[in-house]
Amino acid sequence: MKMAPNVRPIRVMCSGRVDPSFILKAFALGADGVLIGGCHPGDCHYSEGNYKTLRRSILLKRMLKDQGIDPRRVRLEWISASEGDKYARIVDEFVQTIKELGPLNLQKSELAVA
Amino acid sequence: MSKPKLALYWAASCGGCEIAVLDIEEKILDVDANFEIVLWPCVTDFKYNDVRSMPDKAIDLCLFNGGIRTSENREIAELLRKKSKILVAFGSCAGEGCIPGLANLSTKKSLFDRVYKETPSTDNSNGMFPQTVTKISEGELEIPEFLEKLIPLDAVVPVDYYIPGCPPQPHQVWAVLEHIIQGKPLPPQGSVLGAGVKSCCDECPRTREEKKIRRFYRPHEILVDPRQCLLDQGIVCCGPATRSGCGALCVSAGVPCRGCYGAPPESPDQGAKMLSALSSVIDSTDPEEIEQIISTIADPVGTFYRFSLAGSMLGRRGK
Repeated sequence: MKMAPNVRPIRVMCSGRVDPSFILKAFALGADGVLIGGCHPGDCHYSEGNYKTLRRSILLKRMLKDQGIDPRRVRLEWISASEGDKYARIVDEFVQTIKELGPLNLQKSELAVA
Repeated sequence: MSKPKLALYWAASCGGCEIAVLDIEEKILDVDANFEIVLWPCVTDFKYNDVRSMPDKAIDLCLFNGGIRTSENREIAELLRKKSKILVAFGSCAGEGCIPGLANLSTKKSLFDRVYKETPSTDNSNGMFPQTVTKISEGELEIPEFLEKLIPLDAVVPVDYYIPGCPPQPHQVWAVLEHIIQGKPLPPQGSVLGAGVKSCCDECPRTREEKKIRRFYRPHEILVDPRQCLLDQGIVCCGPATRSGCGALCVSAGVPCRGCYGAPPESPDQGAKMLSALSSVIDSTDPEEIEQIISTIADPVGTFYRFSLAGSMLGRRGK
């Protein structure tokens, strides 16, 4: 499986385990984008973890936009354990998007947030 | 034996914290009986030079309210840190920026343009802006510099304890002062004093049921049921993302919790906590519908981070 090497995977039991503060922390520590991979709707082992993540990601994107961070820096995709090809394709696409957006540069920004 | 020395200072704040101290009512006499007040610009006339001339660590307890917005705030924060044994970030501003911290959503330039140029009542055709140094015939006049952004006290100097609240509630202020007066052992450095260890919901007298929200309301948009949980009714209440300790004052009065006691323990970011809490109660699994429900929340950043933007994860940039 070949894909762009820019992604640092962090495995969690469920996309619902991705607390929004994890994503903010990633940005604060210098990440330029955060990709969340979840199970397809209806497939959640915990019944609704991925739906919760869906709602969080929509609200988070709105908040990031209001703070001057391009919401495209967060991407939520449904990728099941058997969809290696899709995973590789999404990673490539996302890396491409982030390269086009450029570095986030929170540290140098004049605003406290972006 | 001489009395322990107490200093109270205000930086970028509204003065509400000073009133919170005076709101302990007649117990203020006990404070005077037990402490020698060596600096309290709001109430007594001391000069910064009085503090500068003290030996280091001469002040036993310093309650510092207000965020750091100007070079003067920063200078006095550094001075008081040097002269104080215990430095307390008193109130939300010193702790995490509070309302003045919301200015961090704008640049210094846009703040100045707004205040000195664009407001309808301003006539500034000469484009005059405050300068840190002004030359006059008698010499140079200096005023403190307005910093790029508002920063919490602990981003400037190490802080021993935090007393949250906007303002801290008088019974909590007195509880902390009484604890210190009685010489009881203090908790580990960095602890939050004068607050609870759960969320505001824990103190809330309202009845909670399962939440299924299809639309959010601002309080003026609906008739509020006086007994039911405000969030159950679709009103954005920051109770789930706010530390207990105030006694659920706002919610008891029919107003949603605004979040002034900061994030509950174990929550690193109040906005993220609130985002998470609301995402749990939205009753939809359809992306477009979720988007529509979320669009009924007015100003999520300003609401979820109303008191904690400057101290938030992104605000601090990972520190």
